[in-house]
Amino acid sequence: MTISFHLNGDRVDLSPEVAPTTTLLQYLRDQRGLTGTKEGCNEGDCGACTVMVTDPDSPQGVKALNACILFLPQLHGKSVRTVEGMAGPDGQMHPVQQAMVDQHGSQCGFCTPGFIASMVTAHMTGRKDHDTVLAGNLCRCTGYAPIVRAAQAAEGAAIPDWLTDTPPEVAASTLAPESSDELAAIYAAQPDATLIGGATDVGLWVTKQLRQLDRVIFTNRCADLKRIESGADTLRIGAAVTMAELLPTLKAHHPSYAAMVTRYGSEQVRQAATIGGNIANGSPIGDNPPALIALGATLHLRHGDTRREMPIEDFFLDYGKQDRAPGEFVEAVTIPKHAQRLACYKLSKRFDQDISAVLGCFNLSVEGGIVTGARIAFGGMAGIPKRAAHVEAALIGQPFDEAALARAAPEWSKDFAPMSDMRASADYRLAAARNMLRRYWLEAQGAATNVREVRA
Amino acid sequence: MSVGKPLPHDTAPLHVTGAARYVDDIPAPANTLHLAFGLSTVARGVLNGVDLTKVRAAPGVVAVMCADDLPFANDVSPSIHDEPLLATDRVHFVGQPVFLVVATSHLAARKAARLATFDITEETPILTVDEALAADSRFEDGPVIWSKGAAADAIARAPHRVEGTMEVGGQEHFYLEGQAALALPQDGGEMVVHSSTQHPTEIQHKVAEALGLPMHAVRVEMRRMGGGFGGKESQGNALAVACSVAARATGRPCRMRYDRDDDMVITGKRHDLRIDYRAGFDDLGRLTGVDFRHLMRCGWSQDLSLPVADRAMLHADNAYLLDHVRIESHRLKTNTCSATAFRGFGGPQGMVGIERVMDHVAHALGLDPLKVRRANYYTDMAEDATEGGPSAPPQRSLGSSPPPEDISGKKKEADLTSRGGPDELNRVVVAEASGQTTPYGMAVTDFILNAMTERLADQSDYAARRAKVADWNATQPVLKRGIALTPVKFGISFTLTHLNQAGALVHVYQDGSVQVNHGGTEMGQGLYQKVAQVAAQAFGVGMEVVKVTATDTSKVPNTSATAASSGSDLNGMAVKIACDTIRDRIAACLAELHQVAPDTVVFAGGEVTVGGDTISFARAAQLTYESRVSLSATGYYKTPGLAWDRKRGQGRPFFYFAHGAACTEVVIDTLTGEYRILRTDILHDVGESLNPALDIGQIEGGYVQGAGWLTTEELVWDDRGRLRTHAPSTYKIPACGDRPEVFNVALWDGANREETIYRSKAVGEPPFMLGISALMALSDAVAACGPGYPALDAPATPERVLAAVDRVRRG
Repeated sequence: MTISFHLNGDRVDLSPEVAPTTTLLQYLRDQRGLTGTKEGCNEGDCGACTVMVTDPDSPQGVKALNACILFLPQLHGKSVRTVEGMAGPDGQMHPVQQAMVDQHGSQCGFCTPGFIASMVTAHMTGRKDHDTVLAGNLCRCTGYAPIVRAAQAAEGAAIPDWLTDTPPEVAASTLAPESSDELAAIYAAQPDATLIGGATDVGLWVTKQLRQLDRVIFTNRCADLKRIESGADTLRIGAAVTMAELLPTLKAHHPSYAAMVTRYGSEQVRQAATIGGNIANGSPIGDNPPALIALGATLHLRHGDTRREMPIEDFFLDYGKQDRAPGEFVEAVTIPKHAQRLACYKLSKRFDQDISAVLGCFNLSVEGGIVTGARIAFGGMAGIPKRAAHVEAALIGQPFDEAALARAAPEWSKDFAPMSDMRASADYRLAAARNMLRRYWLEAQGAATNVREVRA
Repeated sequence: MSVGKPLPHDTAPLHVTGAARYVDDIPAPANTLHLAFGLSTVARGVLNGVDLTKVRAAPGVVAVMCADDLPFANDVSPSIHDEPLLATDRVHFVGQPVFLVVATSHLAARKAARLATFDITEETPILTVDEALAADSRFEDGPVIWSKGAAADAIARAPHRVEGTMEVGGQEHFYLEGQAALALPQDGGEMVVHSSTQHPTEIQHKVAEALGLPMHAVRVEMRRMGGGFGGKESQGNALAVACSVAARATGRPCRMRYDRDDDMVITGKRHDLRIDYRAGFDDLGRLTGVDFRHLMRCGWSQDLSLPVADRAMLHADNAYLLDHVRIESHRLKTNTCSATAFRGFGGPQGMVGIERVMDHVAHALGLDPLKVRRANYYTDMAEDATEGGPSAPPQRSLGSSPPPEDISGKKKEADLTSRGGPDELNRVVVAEASGQTTPYGMAVTDFILNAMTERLADQSDYAARRAKVADWNATQPVLKRGIALTPVKFGISFTLTHLNQAGALVHVYQDGSVQVNHGGTEMGQGLYQKVAQVAAQAFGVGMEVVKVTATDTSKVPNTSATAASSGSDLNGMAVKIACDTIRDRIAACLAELHQVAPDTVVFAGGEVTVGGDTISFARAAQLTYESRVSLSATGYYKTPGLAWDRKRGQGRPFFYFAHGAACTEVVIDTLTGEYRILRTDILHDVGESLNPALDIGQIEGGYVQGAGWLTTEELVWDDRGRLRTHAPSTYKIPACGDRPEVFNVALWDGANREETIYRSKAVGEPPFMLGISALMALSDAVAACGPGYPALDAPATPERVLAAVDRVRRG
């Protein structure tokens, strides 16, 4: 029952009285006096609470995570390093810390501990894509330039030996079953429990809605749910696979989907968030479902020993309502390995770490210039992730040319009646969706359409 | 020599190891209580009552306080006493604190605060500037109007005219460290307060009022903030006062921090506004007349809105000589959070208006906007000029007008050290300025932007890149580039003249170590380090010898806010004066011992040379001590030469101007309105830099923050007055990848003409407005899509950019 992990090299065995929805940030600051890790937003969006976690169960090894929405049981069998644990035993700074001093990478210093945790993690894993690594760490003072200079300056330095953590051997915990069989049994018996994958959504129920979750079950130790199985033409992705773990596979098979996922949340969010959670929560603005619908994915559900499967779009019934019975959970999703041309377009006010105003995914088959198949799905355009059935129908069987765009133009408003909110107006959403099809078509002509590919 | 060195921030080693302590990190006694406000859910209405039964019964709740439970002043306003800590008979915005929960933990307090049932008779809120104008809901009796020449006639007679309207959004500070305070009750009812504040004296003043104590019984300490940006000039009052009254009531230490969502809902932001403009101009784009109307949305209480709106008017000219200009400023009262100070303090809002006019004029004439800008520039100061400031013609006294009345009718002490404090109009004597003058009659004698623009245009290869952009755009069906180079001229000084003063307290100990204290606060800008460099320079010692201690109202009294970019100008000078006093005493003492003249004593390299002997500075300190000479001194500085008549909009409100220019290139996607900043080149004027590394940090950070204001940072309220963007999930400040991929920043190499601290210039706010170049570059890119004028509003979100693309295509 006891949750055990290493904190800055020392073993921690939590008392069973500690509530399972206690966040690591609360624990560090309130109970351990480790106030280096900061609370900036308490919702996983600013990165001031970032810590480094060594996870023996993940191919990612060490990862940067947001402590504010990380529940203590998620750390079972792992090692955590906070900013206080990055310097050497004699107080010698980590190369990243020294570089941040030398390059003037801190001003007010409040975001700095989180940046240090992200940068030390990236340094350990040899990452040099600093803009991507640091997209989840907000800084309001520096304009980021000196921070990136520091990250670059430290790239060549050796990894200090004091940082290598060996997570503790731990006993199984009933809070965190070790297999999907075990999970299925516990959840069938406790259908009112809340399943928690990465807690990037449920975390906010606790920190923002102040909800009391009496029964929780963590999926992150279910080894079989963390597998990606490669079949002849398909990939079966376990529900507990994190977005960061999925990314290499997507890069190999669906590069546009992968490019979209590099803008999904932030590094810290992708290291926690699971694909199963992103599907199961049924959000109309989750970024995976439109891509999965466009790919024609199959969803696998399980209740006890009973399994069923369905085309993923059938799972989303209405806003806040999914085809999932009490005690039933998302076990996996299967996607094809190949698509003729899948394109995923994420539209948000800010490029990185922003919830999509519109997410459009296009998967058209064109043979001899004629559209023979079309799967077009959108997020942010309805109460659920939804296919553009009328648009698809207007395209199929016709040449894929400018006239096709014109023919499809009036169909959009039959498929979607989006809402206006703080992210975008209904008109803009509809106009952008329409223009995304134009972009898809223009890209086929080889036109430059991506502002991220332009250089000064 | 320590001044001028690019030393790192003094706390950098503590920042990177997590050892730097902020208010909420300070260990507190075990019996400390935690606070949270219960917030109004209604934007406007009569507060009939609150049912607090469930709140009081919630786990961990120790006490619940309402307005009636407050012992003395229920007021946290920095200006006219119109901001109760807790609502009394009415509520004025969604998020207004109504009651205060005191509990055993932060979480318990937050949970309990949501359990109240309000009895509020709702009224139709006034949310927009149109609604406020219609209801004549405003601060002051009517609009403030300043003018020079005859704008209406000049516009009517001009060969060409443009007119338009620009919406400019507000901005959330998003300091990474939210508001926080900790109050520790002392014996005799005194209070020690740790507050994340830019203005410890203001906190001291408000806490003293709330506790019914003289100011001497309240001590406020501030070591560092996790960012301020103006958001901690007055917005920390509520937390500090709440902690203090709760600590008084319970006898226990009380601490409070806002959860981020609460912080964004409760606290003020940059003023949003609408700018209406009309301009007349000649064939070269030279403005012959211009008329502005500012509709500033000030929110529910006055706070600092009057000086903010004034500064917007004071920057309506930016870098341009306007002979005929009229500026009309409405300070509108709405049922939204009270807009407050934010880096630039209205200056950016005024400046963006004239930059929009320049852009519009250039478009109307088909000219390069930079040509139009330069055609309107003030003339650079003469190369041989050495004297700063306006010439000194005979002075004339203004008729004395009565001091402003306290409109609240309550008898309270004036908030003298607040920018919202009363203006002593009757004492102002304004000299008539000659030569080129601003719209408010101040001589512009230190202008250097012609030369700076020349150099930046050259270094950024502006002309060639502009041509390349046009060629590229001609070949691209979807993507369009844009480029713009815009100037900044920003006035330095508090416009409430008496705030331009500072004090310092310096001790030299017998071991030769130096402790410095001053009234400025550290919010990341590196003020402590700059001041330490000044002190080290004065004594000729190394930086390790100097320690700057936490800002403390018991060490330096009656301080002004660390605001208006004034930190190092004012406090650096005060510290230098204190250090010089002690150094002169040491010199006099040693000179007497050696029977030489005091001016032959040399302080350098950690040593003191006197009469052929060289001793360590520590030894010199010992000898001075043994000679019974004081090694402690205060320093006091006030900015010279200021004379500002706010009522007439005439005089010299500023000691000098700081300048800068930025060239930004962007690319937009005409299908969705998305964009990227591709390259930015900046040349900025910091005079003789006290610390070039810290200055460049301010410039880079200021630019990105300014660009954020005008691009992705959108505040959205719904029709019931609820802020919908109250967390980083919905309010998008620039992220790492949003900074310009190519980002070149250089410092101009000229000294300040005025006698500032080592001839440096203030740098806190001016670079923020370099971000305007990003908005103008977006306008340029949109203009490439068709014949119409983009008329791009701010923030230029992708949605607004796409709408502008449609607009220009329609012509």
